[in-house]
Amino acid sequence: MSETLLSVRDLSVEFSTYGRTNKVLHNVSLDVPAHSQVALVGESGSGKTVTMKAIMGLLREPPARITSGRILYDGADLLTMPAAERLKLRGTAMSMVFQDPMSSLNPVFTIGDQMGTILKYADKRLGRGRGRSERMARVHEVLEQVRMRDPERVTQSYPIQLSGGMRQRILIAMALLSEPKLLIADEPGTALDVTTQAQILKLLKDLVEARGLALLMITHNLGVVRETSNHVYVMNKGVVVEQGPTSQIFDAPKDDYTRGLIAAVPRLTGGMRFGQAEVTR
Amino acid sequence: MAEFETVPIEPMRLSNSYQNWYRFSRNPTAVIGAVIVIISILAAILAPYITPYPEHVGAVVNFRARHLPPSGEYWFGTDNVGRDIFTRVIFGARISLLLALVVLGTAVPVGTVLGLLAGYFGGWTETIIMRLTDIALAIPPLVMALAVAAVLSPDLINSMLAIAALWWTWHTRLIYSITRQLRGQEFVEAAETLGASKFHILFREILPNCVSAIAVKTSLDCGFVILVGASLSFLGLGIQPPTPDLGTMVSQGSAFLPDFWWESILPGFAILFIALGFNLLGDGLRDLFDVQEVR
Amino acid sequence: MEFLLFLGRRVLWSILVLVGLSIVIFAIARGMPGDPARLALGPRATQEQVADLNSKLGLDRPLYEQYGLFVAGLARGDLGRSLLTERPVNDDIRDTFAATFELVLATITIAFVIGVPLGVAAARWKDRWPDNAVRLVAIISAVTPSFFLALLLQILAGYVLHILPTTGRLPPNMAFSPDITGLITMDSILHWRWDVFGEALRYLLLPSIALAAATMGQIARITRASMIDVASQDYIEAARAFGVPERLRVFKYMLRPAFVPPLTISGLEFASLIGNAFVVELVFAWPGMAAYGVRTILQKDLNAVMGVVIVSGVFFVIVNLLIDLLVGFVDPRVRIRGRR
Repeated sequence: MSETLLSVRDLSVEFSTYGRTNKVLHNVSLDVPAHSQVALVGESGSGKTVTMKAIMGLLREPPARITSGRILYDGADLLTMPAAERLKLRGTAMSMVFQDPMSSLNPVFTIGDQMGTILKYADKRLGRGRGRSERMARVHEVLEQVRMRDPERVTQSYPIQLSGGMRQRILIAMALLSEPKLLIADEPGTALDVTTQAQILKLLKDLVEARGLALLMITHNLGVVRETSNHVYVMNKGVVVEQGPTSQIFDAPKDDYTRGLIAAVPRLTGGMRFGQAEVTR
Repeated sequence: MAEFETVPIEPMRLSNSYQNWYRFSRNPTAVIGAVIVIISILAAILAPYITPYPEHVGAVVNFRARHLPPSGEYWFGTDNVGRDIFTRVIFGARISLLLALVVLGTAVPVGTVLGLLAGYFGGWTETIIMRLTDIALAIPPLVMALAVAAVLSPDLINSMLAIAALWWTWHTRLIYSITRQLRGQEFVEAAETLGASKFHILFREILPNCVSAIAVKTSLDCGFVILVGASLSFLGLGIQPPTPDLGTMVSQGSAFLPDFWWESILPGFAILFIALGFNLLGDGLRDLFDVQEVR
Repeated sequence: MEFLLFLGRRVLWSILVLVGLSIVIFAIARGMPGDPARLALGPRATQEQVADLNSKLGLDRPLYEQYGLFVAGLARGDLGRSLLTERPVNDDIRDTFAATFELVLATITIAFVIGVPLGVAAARWKDRWPDNAVRLVAIISAVTPSFFLALLLQILAGYVLHILPTTGRLPPNMAFSPDITGLITMDSILHWRWDVFGEALRYLLLPSIALAAATMGQIARITRASMIDVASQDYIEAARAFGVPERLRVFKYMLRPAFVPPLTISGLEFASLIGNAFVVELVFAWPGMAAYGVRTILQKDLNAVMGVVIVSGVFFVIVNLLIDLLVGFVDPRVRIRGRR
């Protein structure tokens, strides 16, 4: 039984806008054990993004407010930790892979510049002194890990010169720069075409397995869940309605909502196989 | 020259008038702008009836009342030949508003049509129109007016023509940009498939979507045209004396600064006041319709 | 490499615009009703005198030939002869352009150096008092006619407070000839005459403020809108998630992409800047090309006016070209794709 890396306990969050307050998360709990792959599934508005932001510390308070709960990373509660401590963890202990490769990269700076800057400040937070050439070496190393064929050219390119698939891989590379233990992937590849998305997901899975990383995958796509995760949390309207090992959820869903989600996936012919049509490019 | 892209515009729904009115009235600066504009227009229209000395518009002299400071008798004081400045300011405002009307009355329709054509048809139409626009934009309106004034004669009509001859370019650019965006949208495709005539598509489908942007820009432009017109008459290219004109009054009054400051400062503030009104109104409309065109 | 292509396209484009401009100006000058020679000589001139001047000005040749002569003259730098000063227009403009150029340079500097930080501050403290203050300043400066502002500044600083000079470029007793660049500020430094430099700045201050106000307001507003827009972009949020510190986020990651709209706007604004320069130079008796233009206009000195118009047009096109290049330099999307 591997120890739990990330543990969210009874998290509740409120949003106040225009004088009205809405509760968006009700006592959400989930665990991500080390080296495991967990999926958080739900449609838009289910609260999965808010949960993710709360974990990463990206919620803007106001208008959001965490009303109760704890988020434990390696035993320490992120919510009560001093800000400097929490900042240290960003990008280094847990890292996020962003959703939209088009808009998540700054268009006016080169990839090398952006990645170098991230690494520079991560090093600073960890108290590590690394020179510029060492940093760039690490950048190249990570780019190779995400299967970039020509890291040199990529670091000197601007986002606009690269394809969607390449940009998504760069986002993954950015997350891996400081060797985090937990990767949180926000709907990776949804902005890309299906074949590229399949490649990205495969890459993610390979990386995570090779490095023994824990993966928390946020998604609305059940096919993705089946491919990548061994444990699933299903959310609806700010509540975790069901959770369990992937196979159990798909074969014997207990909750009506989960059943509805599964039933909503279009099937080519009868039978319960999803996402197996892999086209190799 | 760099291009601009506007944010997709929501079709203006006339049924929202009440809603629009309500939202507009909650915006204090917009309301102030609207009030100023209305006051200015009313004052201009009713000029002969509301001014204390309407005869001072003509060639009247009253040497005993020269250079009098603002008082109960002469609200804005008198100028160097004894005419009431307040009266002349109101009549001068008339001229300024007339200028705006004429210039924009020609520039907006012409610019809009050209923009629609260029944006919708593309190809050579687009190239020719937009290149012409770029060339026209390279000439500052004031400079153009100077050129025209040198060749013809320096008076108001020529100045108006000169400004109008260049002003349409801004509208063309704006409408072109919007049309280009709308061209690819479904409601246009739908109309095309149904066999609607080009005329119908341009004027019944696309144009209504431009109305809010046109309203915003025209409001703002009124202010700017008045400023350009005032600058022209300040330089002596406007309407010839004794007819009152705000820019000319500032210019003539400036000879007596700083002692008889009211002769140039007060007409100057009048220009500022009117331009401010249109600017605030335009801004308010922009916030209301959430249009993100530039300038 | 793609930058060179971008540069090439823009230069070609500018040349086309200049050609078009020359045609338009020529058309105005020759195509307008009225007889320029008669206009210049006045109604009392005899038919012979008019015909004589006509032929001297080359007005009796066919239009396309006239245009050819016109362009050839331009290429040579020959703008005809001024009727007022009786010198080649070329010389007149050469003498006066530097003064206008210096004023415009100072104006642009002020407009950006004050406008951009104001816009950034307004965006940072959006909807709080700095934002409202900046909005107020921007609106007031946009609606105040330049000549009016110029007069007000003259009165305030010159007559009321007596702290700044109100006319000219240098004190009357200070003789200095800017023979290197034509800019008194530049040349005084190059000649190591710091006394002249100080005075030149004092004299430059009021006119450039009067001229800069409207543009500065526009730049502040556009910068504000642009910063707000960029701040909500995903890549800024991503930078935050990766731990990039706030100061770097604002001043490097946000400012760079946000800088493009104000740059582009200033290119378009430049036309009205040139226009306003005419009145400002007049009010402050600044010995520039614009003031020359005003004098010659009132004398109906056709060649001189056309010369000023042409030079203004060329100036505008060159400035816009430079701005386009700068935008291409800052934003790779523009230089690679030709648009954002």
